[in-house]
Amino acid sequence: MQPGEANKFSMLSKPAAAWKRFRRIFPRRGESAQKDRAGYLMTFPYVLHVIVFLGYPLAFAFVLIFHRWNVYTPMKWVGLGNVKLLAGDPLVWRALANTLYFLLIHIPLQLALALGLAELLNRKLRGRNFFRASYFLPFVISGVVVTILWQQLYATETGLINVLLQRLGLPKVGWLTDPRVAMPAIAIMATWKNVGLYVVLFLVGLQAIPARLYEAAELDGASEWQKFRRITVPLLNPTIMLVLVLSTIGGFSLFIEPYVMTGGGPAGSTLSGILYLYKQAFTFSKMGYASTIGFFWALIIFTVVLLQRRFVEKEAVE
Amino acid sequence: MKRLLLYLMLTAGALLFLYPFVWMLAATFKPETEIAGFNLIPQQPTLESYRFVFQKIPITRGLVNSLFVSIIVTASVVLFGSMTGYALSRLRFRGRELIFNLTLATMMIPAQLTLIPLYTMMVKFGWVNSYLSLIVPAMMSSYAALLFRQFFRSIPQSLIEAARLDGCSDWRILFTIIYPLSKPAITTVAILTFMGVWNDVLWPLMVIRDQELMTMPQMVTLFAVGGQAEARLGVQLAAATLLAVPIILVYFFIQRYMIESIASSGMKG
Repeated sequence: MQPGEANKFSMLSKPAAAWKRFRRIFPRRGESAQKDRAGYLMTFPYVLHVIVFLGYPLAFAFVLIFHRWNVYTPMKWVGLGNVKLLAGDPLVWRALANTLYFLLIHIPLQLALALGLAELLNRKLRGRNFFRASYFLPFVISGVVVTILWQQLYATETGLINVLLQRLGLPKVGWLTDPRVAMPAIAIMATWKNVGLYVVLFLVGLQAIPARLYEAAELDGASEWQKFRRITVPLLNPTIMLVLVLSTIGGFSLFIEPYVMTGGGPAGSTLSGILYLYKQAFTFSKMGYASTIGFFWALIIFTVVLLQRRFVEKEAVE
Repeated sequence: MKRLLLYLMLTAGALLFLYPFVWMLAATFKPETEIAGFNLIPQQPTLESYRFVFQKIPITRGLVNSLFVSIIVTASVVLFGSMTGYALSRLRFRGRELIFNLTLATMMIPAQLTLIPLYTMMVKFGWVNSYLSLIVPAMMSSYAALLFRQFFRSIPQSLIEAARLDGCSDWRILFTIIYPLSKPAITTVAILTFMGVWNDVLWPLMVIRDQELMTMPQMVTLFAVGGQAEARLGVQLAAATLLAVPIILVYFFIQRYMIESIASSGMKG
């Protein structure tokens, strides 16, 4: 075909195609529009809701970053003031460091405990449902209940944990009063609360692994550890990823635990990002700055989750 | 022998998770001086802690508020979620892919990002200190829409075509043919939504100031944090127990559904 010919044909077909496209977007009233109507009616409330309660706040979050505002008096443009404030605010970085400290303890503990309990449960057992249900119970109960309960358990003088430690001849620990221990204490509590969910997730994952893989490995003389490392872990990779992502998001969402137990103390050691955001918004009425913190926090969550996904996927390929 | 060890470990695990709750329940019936001990039977049982809680905060009002808000939100999320899911899976219309992609995109947005702007919006709407701020922003969920879409795709198209030939409208198809077939999806969405709303504390703390309008977890949180409990352990635990009891009761009867629903929601990723 000559170059000119192609041009000629497209010239001829273009108006027809354009017309067809136009009609597809704006059909004649009648059959086609009728058919579309149910679809629009059924999705309209949802789309409207997304625009009003998600789209608009999302756009407004960007606007707020550049303003100082206490909600009641007019907004004041401050340019990059909030961003500069954030970059130089030691408490923001403290909250970030606290969160990473939390995750550093929470995630390995969570993975080990959940995988261990799931391994134990993944066989023919009497009372399997009972065990599963009891591990899962703390997860369904409100975080407020768990926090109030653990605050008592952690109490330095009267708390059961210290009472137990002393009976075992060990020294008391200032669970919620020692700045070095307070965040790990919250991490242990969070693990206790959430591990049941991850036990169930791992159980589902374990049950999907074909038994013949283990049988084949046994024939080749593999040890229990080798089976675990070479079969269980790689095949559980999607579940591990999921647990990582969910606990990370959970760690960055910490609020009620420090709010009730420590108020962010002692010495700022349990200050979390959301608690700080809440304080900026409701103690100091700084909506612009609070929104900037929220934006920063969301950005970090996004990045961390993305990095984890990268890392775990690479691990799976190797 | 190995079997025995296994059961021992499993039982130790169960104790680890159950004992603190049983201890909490026992502690609420103990006088203050008895609480710091492992025993589960109060020496001098008393209802003083509960009397104190009921005297200080309108906790039954909190329960009613929580039920009211959670039930309306759950019903709404199921209704609108299933409508959206049906349209996205079973209807053909222009813009369907766009809406589907929009639904997926909304799932990527961390909630922290919109928290403050949404709050300022509630102020502008005059919804602070009103049930509206607890209900309306939560009335729809992208997650529910996607879950219903996924589930409805497994329903045979021939069933829907047959109903259409009989002159059924899409609304009637959804409510009379699809709904009865979708009990698992409806249960899952209902349980997840209800629990999510019931347990949320941050949002109520932001938008509700009036004690009469507070949800139960919010009321108990402020009771424990503020000075009202007068640092009395039994009283704080009694308030926490009252908050835990409704969920524990529900869990006792439908734990299998709750576990499966929540686990399946985790599996979406």
